Order: sequence, then C-alpha cells, then structure tokens
Amino acid sequence: MPAPIAGRRTRRPRAGWLGWLFAAPAVIMYATFVLRPLSLTVQYSLYDWNGIGPSRWVGLDNYRRLLTDSELFSSILHAFELILFFSLIPVLLGLFVAATIRGIAQSRLATVARTVLFLPQVIPLVAAGIMWSWLLSSTGVVNEVLSAVGLGGLTRAWLGDLGTALPAVGVIGAWVLVGLCTLLLLAGMSKIDPGLYEAARLDGAGPVREFFSITLPSLRQEIGVCVTVTVIAALASFDIVYIATQGGPGNATMVPGLEIYYLAFSEREIGMASALAVALVVLVLACVLPLQRLTRDGSR
Amino acid sequence: MITNRREAWTGRLLLGLLMAVTVVPFVSLFVTALHPKGTYPSGLSWPDDPQWGNFADAFRAASMGELLLSSSLIVLGVVPAALVFGTMAGFAFGHLRVPGHRIGFLVFLLGLTLPFEGIITPLYYQVRDMGLLNSRWAIILPLIGLFMPFSVVWMRAHFVTMPDDLSEAARIDGAGTWQLFWRVHVPLAMPALSSLGILLFLWTWNHFLLAIVLVDDPAKRTMAGALGAFQGQWGTDIPLLCAGALLILVPTLAVFLIFQRRFVAALLQGSIKG
Repeated sequence: MPAPIAGRRTRRPRAGWLGWLFAAPAVIMYATFVLRPLSLTVQYSLYDWNGIGPSRWVGLDNYRRLLTDSELFSSILHAFELILFFSLIPVLLGLFVAATIRGIAQSRLATVARTVLFLPQVIPLVAAGIMWSWLLSSTGVVNEVLSAVGLGGLTRAWLGDLGTALPAVGVIGAWVLVGLCTLLLLAGMSKIDPGLYEAARLDGAGPVREFFSITLPSLRQEIGVCVTVTVIAALASFDIVYIATQGGPGNATMVPGLEIYYLAFSEREIGMASALAVALVVLVLACVLPLQRLTRDGSR
Repeated sequence: MITNRREAWTGRLLLGLLMAVTVVPFVSLFVTALHPKGTYPSGLSWPDDPQWGNFADAFRAASMGELLLSSSLIVLGVVPAALVFGTMAGFAFGHLRVPGHRIGFLVFLLGLTLPFEGIITPLYYQVRDMGLLNSRWAIILPLIGLFMPFSVVWMRAHFVTMPDDLSEAARIDGAGTWQLFWRVHVPLAMPALSSLGILLFLWTWNHFLLAIVLVDDPAKRTMAGALGAFQGQWGTDIPLLCAGALLILVPTLAVFLIFQRRFVAALLQGSIKG
C-alpha cells in the first residue's frame, strides 16, 4: 500500500496538471482494456444474456445462484483448497530449505541452485501442465518411484482419480512455486545481521530456537510477499488446470477461472460467468489486502 | 558465521534433493520425446533406439517457424509500448508528482491483484466490436493494458528514489519537462527498465488465456497458446507431444540462460514489488 513520502514535498519539480500528459498513454490503455471491461463485468453480472439475443435484467439472481448451486460454489472451495498446495506448502518448505541452506548460501552449489530452482518460473505454465500430466499418469515417473520404494499399492492415474485429482493439480502448482519462495526467503535471510546468529549460538541456542527467534521474525516482509503472490496464483489458477484436467474428472478440479471460461465461451451464460468473475476479483482482494499489513514497509 | 559441518551437509543434501525434484520433469519430458511415436513409454526409461527425428516432426506438425514469428511479433508489439507507457506514467506519479498522483497510483496498484479471468468475458465482446478478433492485435492491445499496473508500479518505485536536486539542476540549465524526462531520467532508469523488459517479455511469451479466447488460429497466438492447441491435436501421441513441448520451451530457456543473472534479479525484485 502506498504511504505518503514525508518531507520531500518542498522542492518538487513543478509540472502541474500538464504532467498528466505523461501518464495519459498508460491511463488510456489501462482504462480501455482493464477498467472498462471490469465495470462491464459488474454490469453483465446483473443480466441473463446468452451473448447473442436480448438480455434480461435479473438483479442479484446470478449471485444467489452462485451461493446455492453446489457445482459453482464448489469451484470456489476448490480454489481455497489449492491455496494449501500453492501457498502453504511452498512457503513452509521454502522456509525450511532456506533456513537449512543459509550456511552454504555463498557456495558454488547454491549458485547453481539459484538457476535451477528458477526454471519452473521461466517456462509457460502450460508446459508445466503437460510435463506433469505425463509424470502423474498411470505409467509415469511418480508411480515408478512409488513402486520402487515399495509403495506399489498406492499407484494410480493421479489426475484421473476423483479423490486425488485436486491434490495432484496442487502438486503441480507447488512445484512451480517452491523454487521462487525458497529463493525469495533466502534473499531475505541474507539481509539478517549474522551477528544475531553468533550471539544466539553463544547463548547456546540450537538451530530450531534460532529459526523461531531470529529468522522467522526478520522475514515478515518476504513471507508476506510469498503468501501474496502464491495466494493470487492459487485463486486465479487457470493454465495448469486447463491443460492437466480440464476441470475433471467430473468437477473434481473445477476452479473459478476455468468455470468462467466454460460458462462464457461454451455454455453461453454471460451473466453467470460475469457474476463468478466479480466474486473471484472480490475474493482475491479480500485475501490479499489484509496480507499487505505484513509487508508494509513505508517505501511506497 | 558459526556453522558446523553436519548442518552444512544437511543443507547440501536438501538443496540437491530440491534441485532433483525441479529437474526430473524436464528430464522425463526429454527422454519421453525420444521414444517411438505413438508408444506409451514408462517413466524414465532411455529408449533402445532414440528417435531424434521426433523433434523435426514436432517442429513441422506445430509449424514452429510460424509460431516463433508470431510470438516474436506479439512481443514486439507489447513490450516496447508497455515499457514506454509505464515509464512515462511512473515518471509522472513518482517524480513530477502531478496533482492527484496518489489516487491515480492507487488505481493502478489495485490492478496488480486483478485476475485476468475477471475481465475476459467483456474483453471478448469489446475486442470483437473493435473488429480485432483473430488478429494479433487482439492479444497485443489488451496485454499492454493488463501490464500497465505492474509497469507503472515498478517504474514509479524507481522514480521516487531519484533526488529532486537532479531535476532542479537540469531545469536551471533550461531543460523542459520532456527533455528532463528523455535526456536525464530515462538514461538513469536503464537498470530498472531492462529488468522490467525481461519480465514483460517472459509474461507475454508465456501468456495463455487471451490467446485461447481471442484468437482461434494457433499460428497467430503466443507460444504458450499454441502449445495448448498442439496438446489438443496431438494429445494422444505422447512422444510427439513431449517433443513439441520441449521445442516450445527452448526459446525461453535459451533467453533465460543467457540473461540468467538479470533474470533472477528481476524475478526476485518483481515479486517483491508485485
């Protein structure tokens, strides 16, 4: 959140209202291709419209259906379940790994790791989806590994099984995000004064104590950033699910983003799609804005 | 720093494990791509007779040449414009501090959290009414708009750190606002601009949703969008699909490995500021 910058206002370069000319191209593009469609989404959500014929005013009916139709509502629940995988696992695992490798952060291995762990961030999510659909298939590597360690009884087509499809999609997201979280947290740890750790060691603190008394409190901002980025990725997930499961089997992995796509472009229920879109935008804001308290540092 | 040996080794082991988990999917993709077409190879087995020809076939099946051109055109349409517009607005909000700059900036800042799915439905009708459906402009123009929040926030963060004295000095020398921006501030903003450029390139190249909704012809889509179509068409031929997916990964991976340092720095800063 922006914080006013105090004490710098005395000698600002004066351009006055003409300065808006500089902002004009950005404002025009943003208004035309983001703000206008956004307000239209709100408007459409109040109508029943198939995209071609006349539309009919229905007030809040679409929203009512959103809350009562179990299929629609479950897509929202699925998005929240994905937060466990997209946010909680990457952040916890990232914290654990970063804390463990803090001591070797300057080594050559860590330099290589920096490149390797970033690979999932660089490739299109679609490609991650394709890779993992193959890994998680009935003859994939995941099952091969399970059989090799004597857990052959667990093998299955992970993305095709009603009970495991959603967690399997979650694992793909966790794979994409865990490297980013680890590196962000590690970068944050490198800013902590090493003297603090020295002092803790001299006082006889072990690694666990060190972690909870020094590392965790100092990383508030970085943790906030990781959680924000990953929660948005979970709630707004589309690419991975579209490629890996198309929302199936049944509706086991249907998420709001995909449901909006189907409603708008196959089922031609523009009003319902828009109501879900509005709900998604509001949900993301409701989850993300409170998190900003964590990261607020007054610099912007 | 006091670190004992056992801790250092646990660290190395854990890091190695995490790297292995990151890399295995890529290896699996590669190995699978070398199996004979139409087979269902199991796991990580190396084929008896590696079919290097699969890559050539996938290249042809996906008309990769056309795709590369299409994605490059889209990147050329999006990235320079987004950089210029974002920089100018960042300058207006962060340095000139035009009247009402706080409100203006806040409106952009809120846009950072906006999921693209939130506006895709009306965007479809809007682009259709503009007569741009199924052309590359259908991806280029909305993407510029959608990248504005991040670009503006990013560049503003750079411009608020620039000392006012610098502009004072330039003004005393008789520079107008445009000259001040173009001659003094843009050259100084180069590091921030190049990081932003890298991120925008990556996000454009990998963009999926707009491509599948607004453009039917895969040859006019982004790389990621085309990959989606490729999966639909060749989804049953696993080795060919894997070869195609790998080919589509190559350009981004190459760019990543060449500009590694800048990339990692940009992505880390990018998520901090985003």
